[in-house]
Amino acid sequence: MSRSSRRRPLVAIAAALLSAALVAGDAFAQDRAPQRFGFGRAATAAEIKGWDIDVRADDGLGLPPGKGTVAAGEKLYQEQCASCHGEFGEGNGRWPELIGGEKTLRSEDPRKTVASFWPYAPGIFDYVRRTMPFAAPQSLSDDDTYSIVAYLLNINDLLPADATLDAAALKAIRMPNRDGFVQGDPRPDVPVGEPCMSKCRKEPPRITSDLAQRLGVTPDNRRQK
Amino acid sequence: MNERTNSGGRRRFLARAGLVGGAALAGGLPPVRALAKGEENLPPNVPEWMRTLGPGVTASPYGTPSPFEKAVVRRSVEWLTATEQSSINFTPLHALEGIITPSGLCFERHHGGVPEIDPEQHRLMIHGMVERPLLFTMDDILRFPSVSRIYFVECPANGGMEWKGAQMDGVQFTHGMVHCCEWTGVKLSTLLAEAGVSPSAKWILAEGADAAAMTRSIPLEKALDDCLVCYAQNGERIRPENGYPLRLIVPGWEGNVNIKWLRRIKLGDRPWHHREETSKYTDLMPDGKARQFTFLMEANSVITSPCPEKPMKHGKGFHEIRGIAWSGSGKIRRVDVSTDGGDNWRTAELQEPVLSKALTRFRLPWTWDGAPALLQARAIDESGYVQPTIEQLRKSRGLNSIYHKNSIHTWRVNADGTVNNVQII
Ligand code: HEC
Repeated sequence: MSRSSRRRPLVAIAAALLSAALVAGDAFAQDRAPQRFGFGRAATAAEIKGWDIDVRADDGLGLPPGKGTVAAGEKLYQEQCASCHGEFGEGNGRWPELIGGEKTLRSEDPRKTVASFWPYAPGIFDYVRRTMPFAAPQSLSDDDTYSIVAYLLNINDLLPADATLDAAALKAIRMPNRDGFVQGDPRPDVPVGEPCMSKCRKEPPRITSDLAQRLGVTPDNRRQK
Repeated sequence: MNERTNSGGRRRFLARAGLVGGAALAGGLPPVRALAKGEENLPPNVPEWMRTLGPGVTASPYGTPSPFEKAVVRRSVEWLTATEQSSINFTPLHALEGIITPSGLCFERHHGGVPEIDPEQHRLMIHGMVERPLLFTMDDILRFPSVSRIYFVECPANGGMEWKGAQMDGVQFTHGMVHCCEWTGVKLSTLLAEAGVSPSAKWILAEGADAAAMTRSIPLEKALDDCLVCYAQNGERIRPENGYPLRLIVPGWEGNVNIKWLRRIKLGDRPWHHREETSKYTDLMPDGKARQFTFLMEANSVITSPCPEKPMKHGKGFHEIRGIAWSGSGKIRRVDVSTDGGDNWRTAELQEPVLSKALTRFRLPWTWDGAPALLQARAIDESGYVQPTIEQLRKSRGLNSIYHKNSIHTWRVNADGTVNNVQII
């Protein structure tokens, strides 16, 4: 068989397949995924209102109407928060502390708290309303949340004891670490380029830390519990 | 006739056997060994489990691992957190092979415990800067075209206990905040198209249906790129701990943004700066400023055999060094292994398939001479990124970052074959 005669039937088959595909394409056109499927249904305004609990921290968008006072907040805090976070926000045991830590962010032992670290006051409202008290999240009314946030700000010297807190007042508070965050990921922030493969060391390796085996903080995972 | 022949044959056979037996004893063949405890089932004995019937089908309608694997479990570090509801545990990497993490061994990180969600009553709401706010049932979600992809999910705090020095003497605890599963669901872009994204939307807020109502802001660009809204993990419905019935998968980005128990997606023009992207999951630098929205999990790797949990009890000789590498930037291009603390490196073999943003298994044959050795692995990903040394990371980020510690890890093999976690310079 010559080369060309062998090729011809293949071309013919390919052409036949192609036209079959075109025909099939027409026949199944309606089976292609549509731009929109129309699954699900419109969420109603009432449904959205019930779930739309977020407050945008930097501008307070989403803060609800309502208000609270430091005094009311102190009472609520002692009842619902102090058992974990301490009477004055100092944190019981390993539960998170909610005060202090100023001027520690550059130290060896930074303490990140509402006062020392949180950039935006409305963010405290968002967090407390969505998830505190720890064992009864979303149980606080908006007014009570304003009161508790007012108290948290007060024990952090960010709100006077006689203050009333509402959306406008909360937005107006400038947190000490307001400018403490850098956006725009600067990584990779380590050397790049082809790595060395042989005789890479100028000096022999020196162990700088071998405490792990002696610290005794690693759970034993070789045995059954 | 037949019978006689047969019985005669049997008699003859028995007689011969007896003779053979007598000859064996006389010839001084080793006597049957006394049964040492634990050797009853070893040759030449017939193992116990061959002499009885085992349980039948469906004795275990949902199969569980062999009882002999009981030690292969997720473990937590008790002193790390105040409560188990907001805590983390670790994948037993030392006991796993290949690249898929069994669902029941995937590390867990919860901020308000695991919710028990009735899928019939679970809803996903999409609203905010969209043309049509929508509400989906699970059945709705399941009707959309589905995709399956294998991705790792890693908590950005993986290795975070090691910034200041070698602290945890086991790979489960130094690297176990990572897992890799096959995830099935619908592209987030499909769901967003359904709602009609407003041209001014730039970010989404994803929210979980747990007691923490966990939220994270994610750039819309990423949401439209490769994010998945998933209902299945390793072929079955997602485990409760991993987000049942619905979770977000944000490939290659920090675990925390892969919102579990997903109930709500809101579109907006700016990020929300919520607690988990300010107070937590930001990287504090030596100048007191914190990097925010450092989403990408950069290339990382670790040797899982040997490791402190898997010492080289066999003594000197052949040992296949095995480990895993992964990168949020794409595929692992190469893994180099050193047995002399980084002086000389050999390129390991990568097990196919090498998948983008998935664990990649590497292996290297090694003949151990019995002398103490310093083992390291170094991953290079397809972007050309080279896994850094701990010194390089510290030089650039100090000691207080907590998150994103992806440096080259060192195991010291001691002369007795035990292995410890150390740091070297
Ligand atoms: C049962 C203990 C408990 C109680 C009671 C409790 N919390 Fe908390 N709180 C926690 C835990 C645990 C966390 C950390 C949760 C996490 O990180 O996932 C936390 C975190 C916080 C934080 C964030 C701290 C930070 O810097 O990131 C704030 C603010 C807070 N709680 C306020 C409150 C308020 C207000 C109340 C009372 C309404 C309250 N908590 C009651 C346990 C508790």
